[in-house]
Amino acid sequence: MVKYILKRIGAALFTIFIASAITFIIMNLVPGDPFMSEKAPSEAVLKSLYAKYGLDKPLIIQFKNYMLNLLRGEFGVSYALQRNRAIKDIILESFPISAKLGAMAIAVAVITGIPLGCIAALKRNKLADNVIRILSTLGISMPGFVVATTAMIIFSVKLKVLPTYGLKSASSYVLPVLTLSFYPMCYIARLMRSSMLEAFSQDYIRTARAKGMSNFIITFKHALRNSLIPVITYLGPLVGYVMTGSFVVEQVFNIPGLGRYFVKAINARDYMVIMGTTIFLATFIIIMNLVCDLLYKLVDPRIKLGEEN
Amino acid sequence: MMSESLKKKLSLQIDVSADDFKPADKQEQLDLIQFTKNTSYWKDAWRRLKKNKIAMIALCVIILFILFAFVGPLLSPYTYDQQIRGDENMAPCWKHPFGTDLHGRDLLVRVMIGSRISLIIGIGAALIVLVIGSLYGAISGLFGGIVDNIMMRIVEIIYSVPDILIVILLSIVLKDPLKKAFDTGGALGGLQKLGPGIVAIFIVYGMLYWVGMARIVRGQVLQLKEMEYVNAATALGAKKSRLIRKHLLPNCVGTLIVTTMLQIPSAIFTEAFLSFLGLGVSAPMASLGSLASDALDGIQSYPYRLLFPAIAISIIILAFNLFGDGLRDALDPKLKK
Repeated sequence: MVKYILKRIGAALFTIFIASAITFIIMNLVPGDPFMSEKAPSEAVLKSLYAKYGLDKPLIIQFKNYMLNLLRGEFGVSYALQRNRAIKDIILESFPISAKLGAMAIAVAVITGIPLGCIAALKRNKLADNVIRILSTLGISMPGFVVATTAMIIFSVKLKVLPTYGLKSASSYVLPVLTLSFYPMCYIARLMRSSMLEAFSQDYIRTARAKGMSNFIITFKHALRNSLIPVITYLGPLVGYVMTGSFVVEQVFNIPGLGRYFVKAINARDYMVIMGTTIFLATFIIIMNLVCDLLYKLVDPRIKLGEEN
Repeated sequence: MMSESLKKKLSLQIDVSADDFKPADKQEQLDLIQFTKNTSYWKDAWRRLKKNKIAMIALCVIILFILFAFVGPLLSPYTYDQQIRGDENMAPCWKHPFGTDLHGRDLLVRVMIGSRISLIIGIGAALIVLVIGSLYGAISGLFGGIVDNIMMRIVEIIYSVPDILIVILLSIVLKDPLKKAFDTGGALGGLQKLGPGIVAIFIVYGMLYWVGMARIVRGQVLQLKEMEYVNAATALGAKKSRLIRKHLLPNCVGTLIVTTMLQIPSAIFTEAFLSFLGLGVSAPMASLGSLASDALDGIQSYPYRLLFPAIAISIIILAFNLFGDGLRDALDPKLKK
């Protein structure tokens, strides 16, 4: 077990390195440079700027310096958006907002998605099942911005019951969290339904029934626990989805999180911010995937991961 | 003495007469041969698919959308980038059924063009994934051993790198160089119309998104290569490339089609997401994502500008999802749940 965990951590660290390297390489493919904005600075100014940020050195040295700085938690400074502000500060300021929103969305998705899937499986081919199936299929077919903007039109523009933007009161969390959790909720409900139906067709369920166990115990102790496993494997990608989904949701609802800042950086072509944020988010997602993988192993002792062949 | 009938009843022997040993005549022989129609894999699948009402409706919707997106703009009196003076900010009416935007462009045509972009992206990206993923997976599965090990390690790394972030980065970075390449070279004329953002998406799909397909194909090939016919082909001196082309890939065609079909909505999603962030098509070209993004500014006064592209994209993705599900049930009955 310890060996397995160490191996996985090693693999995750390697992936983080690869992701950072890819990001660095991609960002340096850009012809032109970060200081070529509307008015080009003079030759001398440009030179001193280059020296200041270490951009006059060969690319490989820049890469080494950048990676070493990353290890110290330094992501460099913003060139365009908020000149000379440390990207670390930007992340520290805005990421907690996104993380809070994301955590709430994940909680809502899991708490509502699992029971919905269970109900659908238990009432197979009845009205409840059909309604849940139709709604969840619709849900996974709507891009995040469609859900977000439609919800905003209905609840904020037409009914005027919820605020359109910002995060001032508790009620302003409702729309962003719900729209962010809508897709994963539908996805989890579908996943849960099919895995629960599969669990019900297993031999151990028939045995339990033959022994005369109550339906309640069969459903909750045997079927539910075994059908939760696919949902747990989905948690890793879910974190990734919520982080990227927040780009859209924060943009629509004007929430000052990291997602909106990232989009702003894209539009302002602030390469350092884009690079830093990407590496930060990638690292976060990879770590979360690692945690989910380990959790998966803990939950289901039957799975022997890592011991190939 | 027992009567003849009782003897018959008690006997365990089958009652046979001398007649039963006569050779069968021509008519009898012919009757024995029954001609059942030979149902091929495709006929069987099509029969199952036809029974699935939801999938058939979805297929009709897809065909209608293809007509809407590719024939529709030809029938419209306007073009997607035509700015009609005096018709700015119109609500839906007879002249402009979907209304117009603030430059006076007809939204119906723009939604048609946007749907066209979505369909091109979805199908194009899925085909790229199909080609790269199936070849990679088949090679990896067939060769096995150290080749397989290295190839699957690469897949694992790509799999764990958050792809959507890389997509965003590449579309930022590739936009300008591609624009330049389009402006100078005439050979890429067809792609130029789509714009660099779309080409960037294709490149990213070619680089990152094929890994899921590769894994599935590899799993299938590992099973298939133990089959006798593969053995026989090898014994007859078939090369590996022939094995892959003639034996392995044709035998997992069901899986290939289903996985490709389900790739289409995912690609459409990605394009809409990028366009919404302002990274997809470049103006004046329209995509459903960019139309929605543009509509966000005037959402209080012109909600219908958002409504039409949003509905269009949701229906397209829904239809592809449902049709993909139906196709999976029809082509791969084992997978049905």
